[in-house]
Amino acid sequence: MALLEIRGVSKTFRTLRALDGVDVEVEAGSFHGLIGPNGSGKSTLLKAIAGAHFADSGTIVFDGRDITRATPYERARAGLSLKFQITAVLPELSVYDNVLLATQSNGRLPSLLMSASRRTLDDEVEALLERFRLIDRADDLAGELSHGQQQWLEIAMALALRPKLLLLDEPTGGMSPEERHVTGKLIEPIKPDCTLIIVEHDLHFIRDICDRLTVLDQGKVLDQGDVETIQRSPKVQQVFTTRV
Amino acid sequence: MLSATETDVAASRERGAARPPMFRAMLPYVELGALVAALVVPFALAERTDLVTLATNVLILSLLAISFDLCWGLSGIMSFGQALFFGVAGYAIALVGRDLEFSEIWATLPLAMLVGLLLAGLFASFLLLGRKPPTSIFVALGTLTGSYAAERLVSGWQYVGAGNGLSSVKLLKLGSYEFVEGTAFYFLALVVLVAVYLGARFLKSSQLGLVLAGMRQNEERLAFFGYRVQLFKALVFSLAGMVAGLGGALYSYHQGFIGPGNMGPGLSTTAVLYCLLGGSGTLIGPILGTATVEVLSYVLSDVDAIKPIWPVILGIVLLAVVMFQPKGILGLVVSDRERIGSYGRRGQRR
Repeated sequence: MALLEIRGVSKTFRTLRALDGVDVEVEAGSFHGLIGPNGSGKSTLLKAIAGAHFADSGTIVFDGRDITRATPYERARAGLSLKFQITAVLPELSVYDNVLLATQSNGRLPSLLMSASRRTLDDEVEALLERFRLIDRADDLAGELSHGQQQWLEIAMALALRPKLLLLDEPTGGMSPEERHVTGKLIEPIKPDCTLIIVEHDLHFIRDICDRLTVLDQGKVLDQGDVETIQRSPKVQQVFTTRV
Repeated sequence: MLSATETDVAASRERGAARPPMFRAMLPYVELGALVAALVVPFALAERTDLVTLATNVLILSLLAISFDLCWGLSGIMSFGQALFFGVAGYAIALVGRDLEFSEIWATLPLAMLVGLLLAGLFASFLLLGRKPPTSIFVALGTLTGSYAAERLVSGWQYVGAGNGLSSVKLLKLGSYEFVEGTAFYFLALVVLVAVYLGARFLKSSQLGLVLAGMRQNEERLAFFGYRVQLFKALVFSLAGMVAGLGGALYSYHQGFIGPGNMGPGLSTTAVLYCLLGGSGTLIGPILGTATVEVLSYVLSDVDAIKPIWPVILGIVLLAVVMFQPKGILGLVVSDRERIGSYGRRGQRR
């Protein structure tokens, strides 16, 4: 059974039809890439899944539950986690506190007030910082990190929620080739525990990391399948040679 | 999923532990200085009962300032109506004294807190608990309107004294002891303020305080972490209402009077000034701001040469501070880093 089922999802901004009857299924444990030309609706679809936008029509079922009208809070609690396209770290908090804030989000109010989980979460926070090469910047303000490090911090924060489904919107945007390579290495190990949907312009990066791809064009699904199939698809080749 | 080894974490801790502190902590010194000054004041001013009364007023109004700081400084809720909870609680205990002949401290102060808490909770349910997050402007105008409407309402309501307010409020009692204006009331107000301050400080430095700090910076991001941001806001707003209600009750007992102006936009915006002048988000800053504004008002209004224009001078001073020192008086000695706080275990934590 698919972890995520998107059926006939449409979204219009004023006169622009950003999504037009999109159907996508994402299997549990897979790394699923969303690709397409600029303006094809990739980020809009990701935001509709995460709850940043509500779909005008269609349904989104996650882990057997209809979340089409659920708030971002409810979706996060259900196991969805989003890394924004534009980094949204909390710049006035330390790198450590950014991750702690994400890690402790399952805590109940009395527990947060009594700081009951502060010590027990410490190892988890430090492990994430270590893994994302941020441990030496733990006490620095998040706003002082380089762009690439902020992207890594965002991914670490998204993973700190222990999500069933991780949504990454352009995780390598603005990164150097070396940073992109490292990012791929940082993301790969999550596979046994977490399903991934990733929007990315770097097709090499997508090809290396994903099992399946969905190609969007002008708000519609152009094609979907495994990486080999999509690479051979004439429809996809036409769009990418003429419009990208 | 989180596969870093224990060795890695231990090594990283060693690296973190070797680092120097990220900022020099100044707030504890400011807090200690303020407490010492507060303990000395009634003895230093023993000959001047008018000044002890002024100092008591500063302590009581500081509760209103902390109430606003909980909303704005800690949580990013722009409330222009904190005096509403202050005034309504003040009226409530004045009416209990007048109509029930009752003013025992063990019941009336908790009653005032409950009135503030419930009224603020009611406002929060309208202003903050919608399905979509409200804008700051909506909350600011909503609280301002509530404060204004309440002032107009009591101004025309004979049962609560209409425009004259309620005077001759019954004295606050503990058994047969009556708290009259003077040193005893001063120390009562000081004990209450210290207790509220410690509670607010505990909240700020807790993991819940980290949620509030995050909420103030980017509440949308926190919703995507799975936090019910609106619920946290409603909770802090209600707690702030409770603190304001406590202040209103003490004010009513201390002055022996409560009037429409004590719940209107005038006092609500004065609370904003206390906070901005002292330094929002620090808790101690708003207390220093309250002392500065009240002492300046007292001194300026007593100088013959400037008596007719002292409010203008005070206004210019406040305007200059807000324009040229937006982080308030405390911003001169307390770094942003310390003001916002640090919550983990590495480096220097509070």
